Amino acid sequence: MAPLTVDPVLLDPNQTNSSLSDVINESARHNEVNANTSKDQTMVLNMGPQHPSTHGVLRLLLEIDGETVIKCAPDIGYLHTGIEKTCEAKFYQQVVPLTDRIDYLCPMTNNLAYCLAVEKLIGMEIPERAEYLRVMLNELTRIQSHLVWLGTHALDLGALTMFLYCFREREELLRIFENVSGQRMMTSYFRVGGLALEPPIDFYAQVQAFLKMMPSKIDEYESLLSGNPIWIGRTKGVGHLTAEEAIALGVTGPPLRASGVDWDLRRDMPYSGYEKFQFKVPVSNDGDVWARYVVRLDEMRESIKIAQQALDGLPEGAIAADAPKIVLPEREKMKTQMESLIHHFKIVTEGFAVPAGQVYQAVESPRGEMGYYVVSDGTAKPYRVHMRNPSFATLQALETMCKGKLLADVVAVIGSIDIVLGEIDR
Amino acid sequence: MAASIGIAACLECCPDNAALLALNGVPGLLADAKFDREEMTLTVPREKIVAACEAVKVAGYNFLEDVTCVDWYPSEPRFQITYHILSHGLKQRVRLIAMVAEADAMGSAIDSIINVWPSANFYEREIFDLFGVRFNHHPNLIRIMMPDEWEGHPLRKDYPVEGYR
Repeated sequence: MAPLTVDPVLLDPNQTNSSLSDVINESARHNEVNANTSKDQTMVLNMGPQHPSTHGVLRLLLEIDGETVIKCAPDIGYLHTGIEKTCEAKFYQQVVPLTDRIDYLCPMTNNLAYCLAVEKLIGMEIPERAEYLRVMLNELTRIQSHLVWLGTHALDLGALTMFLYCFREREELLRIFENVSGQRMMTSYFRVGGLALEPPIDFYAQVQAFLKMMPSKIDEYESLLSGNPIWIGRTKGVGHLTAEEAIALGVTGPPLRASGVDWDLRRDMPYSGYEKFQFKVPVSNDGDVWARYVVRLDEMRESIKIAQQALDGLPEGAIAADAPKIVLPEREKMKTQMESLIHHFKIVTEGFAVPAGQVYQAVESPRGEMGYYVVSDGTAKPYRVHMRNPSFATLQALETMCKGKLLADVVAVIGSIDIVLGEIDR
Repeated sequence: MAASIGIAACLECCPDNAALLALNGVPGLLADAKFDREEMTLTVPREKIVAACEAVKVAGYNFLEDVTCVDWYPSEPRFQITYHILSHGLKQRVRLIAMVAEADAMGSAIDSIINVWPSANFYEREIFDLFGVRFNHHPNLIRIMMPDEWEGHPLRKDYPVEGYR
């Protein structure tokens, strides 16, 4: 075997090989060279971290030549709260509320990915009724997340009306979440082994009313945007990404499907009983901001169909697995049965031990592939929890999409990839 | 189903696994294999990680999902670099792992796979930042989450979760 050759520059700890400083230095050099000719001058523009269209605290270092973007280096980490580290100090069931806070626009999807990963480690089967309810709530979460995306994306591009319309419908969904879990955003409703509580009686009628109302609302959004010449001008042909680039740069979810790759984890690697539902996976070959808009609108329509199927076919039965050492007992049993009281006390104070091993569970979140890598060493606390976040990977494709385009298009592209900084920084 | 541990046992339980066959076909690429909970884990010598990634890419695993690290402190080799690679065609996932000793972590740790999958860029920077493991030939190995002047690597097991250091 040949000895490993290492570039001495890479080993030098004083050497900072920074793309950010690259951008700045190169621009400075450029300006020196072209000091006499004002034509080829470039400048570095800081976009963010407090910029309304960066959807959080994203800082972009843009090198621009007039209005044209030459380089784009994202600088992230402003929201880093060390969630992965915190997980290592919590019991398995205590990690669920942390997962909500990673991607605050789709808390149920995060709950699901984490619970499925731990259930896979334990080797646990959960009742069909819990699976159906999880699928239904996940699809409602997807609609909710896409509504926020559409509202803010349109707001960035100057269509204020859309924002108000989308948040009107989102409010209905938040009421549903509040009814079922007690919280509007940080739901923490899923548990390892099933769900926290049986949904209230009026929940089903509430969901049915929403599913009945929603299709006409999506048509309404489409009638406001799809024929609008400003919207078309700002989105068509902007931020182009080919299928090869998307795969090489780790792009998943709607941006991947908008680039012509027919891949959806719900259909291709089903989890939580998705194989029992019929739905189409919208794909477009255009690969631009417009295509991502079309794909996400169609996805909302498909989500309504899936949620309707889950509501219609909801089986009877328990909402959590029969595993007294893992699932907390019902309140009534705890007050009347000694054994349930002991189990409750043990789970709350000592947690439950999970067999040693490592699993990776990926689910299709509204933004793409959300994966949870959980390593257990056989104790009641996870040895390592790592989240593979779709926005983190998709952000790498930003430069490819923005290069050579106008500065104003950067805003359109950021909106179209639908990033959430909470999950990028964790 | 009980786990299959070792290359021979994995070849017996999953004779069709494309990644296992691809790595087993080249001498020196595959150090160990484990099939547990329907997931294939292949251990690769750290010097061979780029060759192993190229081999599974040829075998049809076209999409790099994730690169991360597990710190097994105080046991040695300490750092387990974990790669999750997905095949869109086979609808299958493989996990490659490579072990890096603590003495090597900030030295000749492991080669970057950025030439095989450009998306490894951010993931490797994240590991460098939070675990302090270097990636050779990475074009831009700087901190990504923590401030540039931060001391220490927060996800190491000997870094406290709370309080002062």
